[in-house]
Amino acid sequence: MAWILFVLFGGLTLVGGLGLVVTRNVVHAALFLLLSLSAVAGLYLVLLAEFLALVQVLIYGGAVIIVVLFAIMLTRNSEYPHISDNRQWPLAAITSLALAVIFGVAMWQSAPSATNSNSPAFADLGNSLFTRWAVPFEIASIVLLVALIGALIIARSDSSREK
Amino acid sequence: MVDLVYFQLLSAALFCIGVYGVLARRSAVLIIISIELMLNAVNINLVASASRLANSDPAKFLHFDGQIIAIFVITVAAAEVGLALAIILRMYRNRSTVNVDEVNMMKW
Repeated sequence: MAWILFVLFGGLTLVGGLGLVVTRNVVHAALFLLLSLSAVAGLYLVLLAEFLALVQVLIYGGAVIIVVLFAIMLTRNSEYPHISDNRQWPLAAITSLALAVIFGVAMWQSAPSATNSNSPAFADLGNSLFTRWAVPFEIASIVLLVALIGALIIARSDSSREK
Repeated sequence: MVDLVYFQLLSAALFCIGVYGVLARRSAVLIIISIELMLNAVNINLVASASRLANSDPAKFLHFDGQIIAIFVITVAAAEVGLALAIILRMYRNRSTVNVDEVNMMKW
């Protein structure tokens, strides 16, 4: 059963990723990203990580896709919707294939033997997040705040600054 | 049950697709999307390791610490995509293009 779900969601993830990098239409690329990220949420469920699956759907499926679609909408240029890749794409394909071979061989040769499956309760996750990981948690909130203010300052129009 | 190595191989494949997207695309928005794909590949790896490699020694990583690191990766990815798209909007306003090979004013 787990194998069927793994093949299903893993296949959807890879199809979404491949569609993302080969499609000529920017909006289709964003929708392929949505497919891929939702399938990753399914993979998290196969791994018994329910909280991560919820977070994945909320943040990626909701927020990030909306922001990306807004950016595509606001930055369309003359060649929209049919975009072109740059001239180095064969080189890029060779590089990524070589990287895939290296990763694949390395991971296959050093495959870990431990195969127990465990699923933390929500309460354990929360406890750990606010005790063991309290400092990174606070730093993450500062990062989010700085990114929010920075994005506002960078993206606002010039007229409001010269007022 | 699916072994850890298959999740690792899937994660590696997704990462390499993201690398291809970053290297081959011209539009800055698509490069950002490909980076999101790579971050998700890393997250799959983290969560799979957290689920399959148990450890109860509190001085080391606990068995679900991989999930917590994945939560931080998602947080940073959300901050990154917001900031990057603000920069892309500014670039589009100044140069009327989002193609990274046309933004070459500082290229020697």
